[in-house]
Amino acid sequence: MSLSALDEGLAIPEAPAEHGTLETALRASRDAGRKLLVPYVTGGLGDDWADIVRAVADAGADAIEIGVPFSDPVMDGPVIQEASELALRSGATPVTIFDELRTIDAGVPIAVMTYYNLAFHMGHERFAQSLAAAGVSAAILPDLPLEEVGPWATAADAAGVETVLLAAPTAPDERLPRVVARSRGFVYAVGLLGVTGERDALASSSLVIAKRLKAITDKPVLVGVGISNAKQAVEICAEADGVVIGSALMRRVLEGVGASGAGAFIAEIRAALDAG
Amino acid sequence: MALAAPTSSGRFGEFGGRYVPETLVPACQELEEAFREAWADPLFRAELDGLLADYAGRPSPLTECHRLSAELGVRVLLKREDLNHTGSHKINNVLGQGLLARRMGKKRLVAETGAGQHGVASATVAALLGMECMVYMGEVDIERQALNVFRMRLLGAEVVPAMSGSRTLKDAVNEAMRDWVATVETTHYCLGSVMGPHPYPWMVREFHTVIGLEAREQCEALLDGGIPDVVTACVGGGSNAIGIFSGFADTDAELVGVEPAGGAAVGRGVPGVVHGMKSYLMQDEFGQVQEAHSISAGLDYPGVGPEHSHLASIGRATYEQVTDAEVIEAFQLLSRTEGIIPALEPAHALAWISRDRAKLAGKTVLLNMSGRGDKDVGQMMEILG
Ligand SMILES: Cc1ncc(COP(=O)(O)O)c(C=O)c1O
Repeated sequence: MSLSALDEGLAIPEAPAEHGTLETALRASRDAGRKLLVPYVTGGLGDDWADIVRAVADAGADAIEIGVPFSDPVMDGPVIQEASELALRSGATPVTIFDELRTIDAGVPIAVMTYYNLAFHMGHERFAQSLAAAGVSAAILPDLPLEEVGPWATAADAAGVETVLLAAPTAPDERLPRVVARSRGFVYAVGLLGVTGERDALASSSLVIAKRLKAITDKPVLVGVGISNAKQAVEICAEADGVVIGSALMRRVLEGVGASGAGAFIAEIRAALDAG
Repeated sequence: MALAAPTSSGRFGEFGGRYVPETLVPACQELEEAFREAWADPLFRAELDGLLADYAGRPSPLTECHRLSAELGVRVLLKREDLNHTGSHKINNVLGQGLLARRMGKKRLVAETGAGQHGVASATVAALLGMECMVYMGEVDIERQALNVFRMRLLGAEVVPAMSGSRTLKDAVNEAMRDWVATVETTHYCLGSVMGPHPYPWMVREFHTVIGLEAREQCEALLDGGIPDVVTACVGGGSNAIGIFSGFADTDAELVGVEPAGGAAVGRGVPGVVHGMKSYLMQDEFGQVQEAHSISAGLDYPGVGPEHSHLASIGRATYEQVTDAEVIEAFQLLSRTEGIIPALEPAHALAWISRDRAKLAGKTVLLNMSGRGDKDVGQMMEILG
């Protein structure tokens, strides 16, 4: 039986040299001596998710990740799973979320975090153009590793959408530079072996991966997965340029703290980072 | 070899690939490397063949069904994977992966299971090789396959309920992958079908080609011309089907996979990406994966292995659908006519033969009897009263 050599996943286009909106903004803040803070908010969760986005922006976020919920979030722990399930059950779709994003004037760049099938299903070009039309700067697709990113990245690059790649503690030294070279916006350092969720203490692997990445790139290096509070954020920022805060924020949102509570939590982290 | 190896990126035609979190990419690469080496190593093959013979009881017989054939007007041959140790074909794959995991220095297996047959096989091999074993199983399946849950625990495995989504096989796969993301340094993910990221669909197929190789030889001894007209098997992820298809892909035999109507990835799905692979997938208009609904926990899955998507798209195999009611009929039919109580999964393939018997009249059909029905009698007692 013959096999067609449709090895689409192998052709990885080189990342465009010019920085997009997200990377430009993050570099500017970082180069001004500021530690970067990127909260994650599940899109379509509750009536007030847009207010939460604005509140965390006002509280000092440098950019915001909007989760577009997927039925099978394999990189996510219980908190983001629950947030995703609730949002889906209340009727959230990529289209409703993009529509609402278009009207949110957060004043900072927006990155969408979702799983690849939503982009694949809509079609790479259409999905990338929908993001751009909604004012989204970047996309994070945690189940689309370097080897498979080609077809999506081609469409995203053309639409001016930056594709942020994840760099994991398990990557051997020869792999990290290739991941870094293709990552746009920032490099998302996975802080630990595991899925998203709060941890009691900062994993030592976060410091190690941040250090390894900082040694090979001047792109902003942000650590996510497991960063749970202001203290841990400050600790990791000894090595990293910044942090992504997901489950710690969404747990509070699920507990009902609302936009003001979400803003207060992010403000607390902002203050700690600014104080160093 | 009848079925080709995938491309270097793990593709069968346009399907397959390796869509996993970055954390798992090195582990998949390492597994691919280890499998290539082991599969080419005569010592590994000899150890596996020894276990398949002396532990699992291979070769499994080929049984001609005289009374069933008379009743249907179709000559039916059964490849008796139900007679393997642990009661299904799943042991072929797990013995292979268990030996491979040990060779890679892994001390712990995680597995997902639907009907519990793969979980039981994993727990069994973990006991045999002295490894730790954790099995994720949907809460719904834990209820309907209680006997297998008890067996796994008796064998020393820990069974963890998957509580999210439909609380069936799809969610058990999610939980197993989440476990693996956290434990990849010490743990081997013992995936139970020809699905998931490269190299699993290929590797699991290779461990099941023994079904097809044996069946081909057995058919050659039994049949004029040596080749059945039709080779059929049920398809959940598709491992037992690809195993028997592999023996006949280079012949004129028609290859027919049978899916449950409520979990028909090939029949009702469109291409999508989940659980590490691109394949046909039941999903909504936005690409959210739909929940499957089937009487059979082993087939209650909205996706399918990528090689089946490929075989369907090039027309080498066709995929039929049967309803739960037709399966319940077939379950009783085989019990009554042949004294063989089938698992609900292979009863799907028989249900198709029975329904389409006019079309199949006079033909010889080889059916992969992938498992025995002991695990299902409790559920059937309730249904049949
Ligand atoms: C007896 C039996 N047959 C078939 C299957 C389905 O798996 P596959 O399609 O991979 O053969 C199962 C799964 O639990 C099973 O127990």
